Amino acid sequence: MTTTETQSPPRERAVGQGIDRVDGPEKTTGKARFAAEFPYPDLAYAALVHATVARGRITGIDAKAAEAVTGVLSVITHLNAPVLKPAPARSMLDLSTMVSATSVNYLNTDEVHWDGQPVAVVVAESLEAARRGAALVEVTYQEFPAAVDFAAEEANAKPQKNSLLGAGSAKKGDAEAALAAAPVSVDLRFTTPPHNHNAIEPHATTAIWDGDRLTVHEGSQAIAWMRKHLALRFGIPERNVRMTSPYVGGGFGGKGLIWPGTILTALAARATGRPVRMMLTREGVYRTVGGRTPSIQRVALGAGQDGRLTALIHTSVTRSGKVGGGPEQVTGAAGHLYDAENILLQQNLVEMDLIPNTFMRAPGEAIGTFALEAAVDELAGELGVDPIELRMRNEPARNPLDGKRFAHRMLREAYALGAERFGWAERTPEPGSMRDGRWLVGMGVATAYHPSVQFTANVTARLSADGTVVVRCGFQEMGMGGATAQAQIAADELGVPYEAVRVEYGDTDLPTGPMAGGSAQTASIAASLLAACAKLKGEVLGLARRSGDSPLRGQRLAGVEARDGGLYRLDRPDSGESYEAILSRAGRPYVEAAIGAESGLGAVAGQVRFMAKFLSDQRRWVKAACGAQFCEVRVDQDTGEVRVSRWLGVFDVGRVINAKTAASQLRGGIVMGIGMALSEETLVDPRNGRVMNPGLGDYHVPVHADIPPIDIHYLDEPDPTMPLGLLGIGEVSITGVAGAIASAVHHATGKRVRDLPITLDKLL
Amino acid sequence: MVTLRMRVNGTTRSLDIEPWVSLLDALREQLDLTGTKKGCDQGACGACTVLADGERINSCLALAVQYEDRDITTIEGITHPIQQAFIEHDGFQCGYCTSGQICSAIGMLAEHGAGMPSAVTEPGATGLSEAEIRERMSGNLCRCGAYNGIVDAIKEVAR
Repeated sequence: MTTTETQSPPRERAVGQGIDRVDGPEKTTGKARFAAEFPYPDLAYAALVHATVARGRITGIDAKAAEAVTGVLSVITHLNAPVLKPAPARSMLDLSTMVSATSVNYLNTDEVHWDGQPVAVVVAESLEAARRGAALVEVTYQEFPAAVDFAAEEANAKPQKNSLLGAGSAKKGDAEAALAAAPVSVDLRFTTPPHNHNAIEPHATTAIWDGDRLTVHEGSQAIAWMRKHLALRFGIPERNVRMTSPYVGGGFGGKGLIWPGTILTALAARATGRPVRMMLTREGVYRTVGGRTPSIQRVALGAGQDGRLTALIHTSVTRSGKVGGGPEQVTGAAGHLYDAENILLQQNLVEMDLIPNTFMRAPGEAIGTFALEAAVDELAGELGVDPIELRMRNEPARNPLDGKRFAHRMLREAYALGAERFGWAERTPEPGSMRDGRWLVGMGVATAYHPSVQFTANVTARLSADGTVVVRCGFQEMGMGGATAQAQIAADELGVPYEAVRVEYGDTDLPTGPMAGGSAQTASIAASLLAACAKLKGEVLGLARRSGDSPLRGQRLAGVEARDGGLYRLDRPDSGESYEAILSRAGRPYVEAAIGAESGLGAVAGQVRFMAKFLSDQRRWVKAACGAQFCEVRVDQDTGEVRVSRWLGVFDVGRVINAKTAASQLRGGIVMGIGMALSEETLVDPRNGRVMNPGLGDYHVPVHADIPPIDIHYLDEPDPTMPLGLLGIGEVSITGVAGAIASAVHHATGKRVRDLPITLDKLL
Repeated sequence: MVTLRMRVNGTTRSLDIEPWVSLLDALREQLDLTGTKKGCDQGACGACTVLADGERINSCLALAVQYEDRDITTIEGITHPIQQAFIEHDGFQCGYCTSGQICSAIGMLAEHGAGMPSAVTEPGATGLSEAEIRERMSGNLCRCGAYNGIVDAIKEVAR
């Protein structure tokens, strides 16, 4: 029997395409307004005064000279500041409590806990007057002894305990004994310095009070949590606070927690009765926003002559502040990457009188994979085995620590593709054996690894009779292309053109979104958006089924597909109806679906669901994005100058939603990793705890001339346990970068540099 | 207070400002031209780049009073194919350095066209290689790391 089905051409799906980001026109014409760019009549400006001791008590403040500056409205100190409630204690039952960066009750205490802590805010009619006033405030202190020298504090580090959110240690067998018995081994010490995010937009806040209602424009990675925090601090209901964050000028973790600038802008606005804007100075960002912890790491590897690992030891010392911060998962990747018989992981933490550390792109993993991967390269050298081959010999089938399944693992494929595309076979193994004129050429590889998580997200989706769709979710957009990606997802799910979808975000008036962190935002929203779209289709189909005239009468959701702006039967593709036809017949201008509850029991249930899923996911499998990093460096034979001349990364990040923005984000992580490897270092004065290079002239982030063309490939294999099969891509690509560069530098020069950054003085 | 006039994006604007106000703050806070960004206020990041009589300058290092009767072009006054090229080549992520990158690129192309050499220009060379673009754009930082896309966008319009 022959059928006469008309075969429609395969429909172009939006997901996977490299669609231009939706906010491109705003960002290339200067129309995009960031946090410090909301105009208000009667706007006043604020500037901070920073403590100049690491620990102490304020004994006196002389504000007379500052108050005499023309235009200065108020000098707010702990002597006259409005009362702020203390920051809430962190609790797993309310994730918003995690947003508190420090426990200090700013300007409500005479205690100083770090050099740079704000001790006064000057509010003035103009930016210049505020800054001038701030420079004139005289503060005296009684100084107390302070722990500010990380190297000296190493011995005081305490083992990190295991918690719900992360393991501080892990053990399989007896790794020390196996190491001692191993025929081939390396036992190495690595150090990494502190780093700062250096988003090009300094932290900025515009705060406006209307009675006991507060509006805050903020560059934020977590508007919902910050809103709740501000409500608590100022003693007003959460519904009275609105935070908007339509554009965020870079975050990288630095805008994930609420730092003093945000709170003090709101406090200054309350104290003066004026709308107040405060953009931190670049120096102010270093003084009042934490960065990445420094680390001291030990990686010891033992292997048989066959290269199979018998022992893997990775330990770390990092620091937090006495008033905040916490451990970072420095040894996290070491538990998942190599099939060693015996494993010992231990993270140690020392609390210091410095500004608390905070998450910065792949906290822990970025620096942990430097040490681990550089050590694997050293072991390969000891064994005389190719570093990729050594990794393949130790590639596990199941999670090495506990035998859990990997939800998804394609590291072998990533290395195979990368080696071929990069031309790894052309590498001659002997260090110093590849030259190009005065340049010593080296090639290095390393594994990238970052765990995948998901938060809850409340989403509404509205489908109108004209076929347009509005997706609403209060998420944050700092350049990941979130609105673009979610529009692509909604377009495919509802079978409408991508251009028909508008995504609203960056405002706490919208349904509560997830925070932008942990590489989790896209997947978290996608999960709820998929559910919302399914609900919408169900409702539309319900309207159609109720009509005697509809060709969809009697159909079930499983029997129809959304395409061409309507629903069509799968068994008879020419049989179906447009949304317009269905909705207008039903007399409905739109249908809307909501996922997640904003308050009450439903919201509590949402948090419980999050924790239940988080814990069951952790029990069931190991989920992560991973990849293979390949680089070529050139080292000047006379000066030791290191140039990265080629880069190729192959990433296993599940399904890619937008080919263009995903590649950009993966490149961005590599660029930041190149900075970490070669130039970035926050210098803390070991005598007084003061950051000595608080500016972009002295803290060297990569510039155009430092970055070669970066070739990005991804395997595009969906992860079966994630919504649409997507894994987060925000952080994985910074991991492994410094390890690959250190190995390439060794290949070029024969020198192992185990202390970042790899500056030329270490190669001479 | 000083009263001065300046042509901004083709329109004559009158400003009453203190003599110590930077051109950047005058544009952003007085004229509400917030497309020009403040990234460091120290001349280290290039986010504040504008064109003064067609030449690229860091407006954070310029006092507004120095630019009396000069012609200032900010991102709001630019209509140039490079803007579409930035979009197509994804030459930005967060968008905060973008105004400066675009103004700088336009100024850079003019400098190169006028025969101005850079630190990597080989004697006698006239082309605008990738290395030339990277060298000449190195005063404009992008922390999102969109450098590849920016260079590709500039290459496209320089053709």
